[in-house]
Amino acid sequence: MTNYVWLIPVLPLAGFLVNGLFGSRMSRKVVSWIANLTIFASFVFALVLYIHMLGTPALSEEGIHNILFPWLNVGAFHINFAFLFDRISGTMTLMVAGVGFLIHVYSVGYMAEEDGYFRYFAYLNLFMFAMLTLVLADNLLLMFVGWEGVGLCSYLLIGFYYTTKVASDAGKKAFLVNRIGDFGFLLGMFLLFYLFGTLQFPQMKEIILSHHILPELTTGLITIATLLMFVGAVGKSAQLPLYVWLPDAMAGPTPVSALIHAATMVTSGVYMIVRLNFLFQLAPNTLLIVAWVGGITALFAATIGTVQNDIKKVLAYSTVSQLGYMFLGLGVGAFVAGFFHIITHAFFKALLFLGSGSVIHAMHHAYHHAGIHDKDPQDIRNMGGLRKYMPVTYWTFLVATLAISGFPVFSGFFSKDEILWKAFASGHKTLWAIGAFAALLTSFYMFRLIYVAFLGNFRGGEKEEEGLHESPRSMTVPLTILGILAAVGGFIGFPRIFHLPNILEEVLEPMIPAVNPVHYLHNVSTEWTMMGISVAIAILGWLIARTFYAGESAKLVEGLSNTFSYIHKLLLNKYYVDEIYFALVVHPVKRIGEFLWYYIDVILIDGTVNLAGMLATCCGRVITLFQNGSVKMYAFSMLTGILILFWIFVG
Amino acid sequence: MVPLIDYLILSAVLFTIGIIGILIRRNIITIFMSIEIMLNSVNLAFVAFSRFLGNMDGQIVVFFIFAVAAAEAAVGLALVVAWFKLKESIQVDDMKLLKG
Repeated sequence: MTNYVWLIPVLPLAGFLVNGLFGSRMSRKVVSWIANLTIFASFVFALVLYIHMLGTPALSEEGIHNILFPWLNVGAFHINFAFLFDRISGTMTLMVAGVGFLIHVYSVGYMAEEDGYFRYFAYLNLFMFAMLTLVLADNLLLMFVGWEGVGLCSYLLIGFYYTTKVASDAGKKAFLVNRIGDFGFLLGMFLLFYLFGTLQFPQMKEIILSHHILPELTTGLITIATLLMFVGAVGKSAQLPLYVWLPDAMAGPTPVSALIHAATMVTSGVYMIVRLNFLFQLAPNTLLIVAWVGGITALFAATIGTVQNDIKKVLAYSTVSQLGYMFLGLGVGAFVAGFFHIITHAFFKALLFLGSGSVIHAMHHAYHHAGIHDKDPQDIRNMGGLRKYMPVTYWTFLVATLAISGFPVFSGFFSKDEILWKAFASGHKTLWAIGAFAALLTSFYMFRLIYVAFLGNFRGGEKEEEGLHESPRSMTVPLTILGILAAVGGFIGFPRIFHLPNILEEVLEPMIPAVNPVHYLHNVSTEWTMMGISVAIAILGWLIARTFYAGESAKLVEGLSNTFSYIHKLLLNKYYVDEIYFALVVHPVKRIGEFLWYYIDVILIDGTVNLAGMLATCCGRVITLFQNGSVKMYAFSMLTGILILFWIFVG
Repeated sequence: MVPLIDYLILSAVLFTIGIIGILIRRNIITIFMSIEIMLNSVNLAFVAFSRFLGNMDGQIVVFFIFAVAAAEAAVGLALVVAWFKLKESIQVDDMKLLKG
């Protein structure tokens, strides 16, 4: 069984091949069965393997190492095509395949009436293959293959509605911005190979643990290498300053946003750093930068999220913000807490996106029913009172909101609180304050969504109201399952003061040794106090949202946004970051391109080539004068020639 | 006995007449005839040399030239007929289609 780890990524690949090649000739039912079954089989197999691994002492230390074949052998450069199923990658695989499966099921209902059905499921399966390759890779190069693969699928799926310009532009933007990050990843990989002579995780770890590399020689280089890897993570996980592609990526179908741009792909940057924790722990300066980038992103994105009116945009900025929390956790050395937040975030954010998809689906149908085509089904200002019509969506959305806001018992409470506590306990008080304030904003904007979209009265016509209905079973069942996970998912990581087993920490502990341990403050009463503050913050955010948005208090919001119209405009326009990037990067690059095109290509290169051609043509013109078509002229020339030759040689 | 030089002079005169005919005449039939004159002037030279050297090779070559000339005339006249059908003219000045 341990030799078949490769089945986990390859099963969805098979699904992709079958659906991609023959999907157009198969019925929708067959396509969705193939897509769903392959990923479900992957999940079940991963689960069996996981239990087997944890139950077998020999495997649980090292993980299952499944070497398929030697891949590259150039000089000292040996790379195997190999998968590593250990405690970190196994846990991640379970999350990816599990959430991925639920979203596949949900997609069956959501995409039922869309064109390109088989294409959608083929891409989705290809994505699962790439993502699982990324997670299970035993070396950085294979991870990079998955890393690029998920980028490609992200591009394909963002641009799924490729007939609209917004979607195809968003796809291109995501691809290009990710390219910058990938550049860092590649350079980091080269540097790591230079330092270690290998790219395999277990070997790199061994070299570090056995002190084969002298720290005083390499600390600087390791800092640079880890920083470069972090650049890759910043691109993939949408952190400042490369986060701009994620909000635009919402142009794709909503289940894609849930799967790729909330639960799995965007967390791969965080996962990569967790995977390389032994390396990052050697570079405290990098960790400090990671923490600050994460913290600032968390706050920055949260502020934008508070004023957006597109339900998916709010969730997109929320994702950027939550990813910031994860990096904040990693940066203060709390790798387990960061990883914990990946998992809980996958549950509740996938749930939020699927919930929003359900809402958009319903709004879309309502408008269709009423014959309205010009209204935006994603604008929360057009919604309101949806609770009545879609109870399952409402309740699951509420659970996810409670989870992300950090209400006690729900999953987000445990993971976010763990990160904030570790930030505080490691002495980064400013970072803790930033995180806490972002948590307040998070709670605020999430409850704003609840109040504006689900409570109050419907802000559309009666005809539209008739068209509102709960989504089909294939959508509500995944919502319910994710709702349960979002509610209880936090129980895998109880904080120490609860005196309950922290399953996640026990599982990951052997894989995340403290090479350079961060000294945390251990003070039970302080931890309780901080937890109390977190809960108070969450409740405060809810109360503020309630004051502003519950009932008929819209005037209050209007007054407030008029008083602070500059700030409101600044936030509504997302700090003009897109415009700044356009002016600073896109525009100059375009100008350089135009310069190269016109002056270098058209004038210099084309000019030279055309000049040569023109010279040949001119000579030809002159010579053609002699070829006048008159046979007598030719005969005369010939005779003259012969006579001249005679005169030279004979006479 | 007529000396060799007289035959050669006659041959050269005929050849020159042929060349001049080709160069100055415009009727393609006349040009053909000029070519025949040139061929026959060469034949004359061959036969004269053959006689004076007592070698039969020259006379054999003359038979070949007759055969070639006949073939050439047949093909050439056929072309002229075809051309005439197309353009209703046998003036060489009209044949300038290959002008560069």
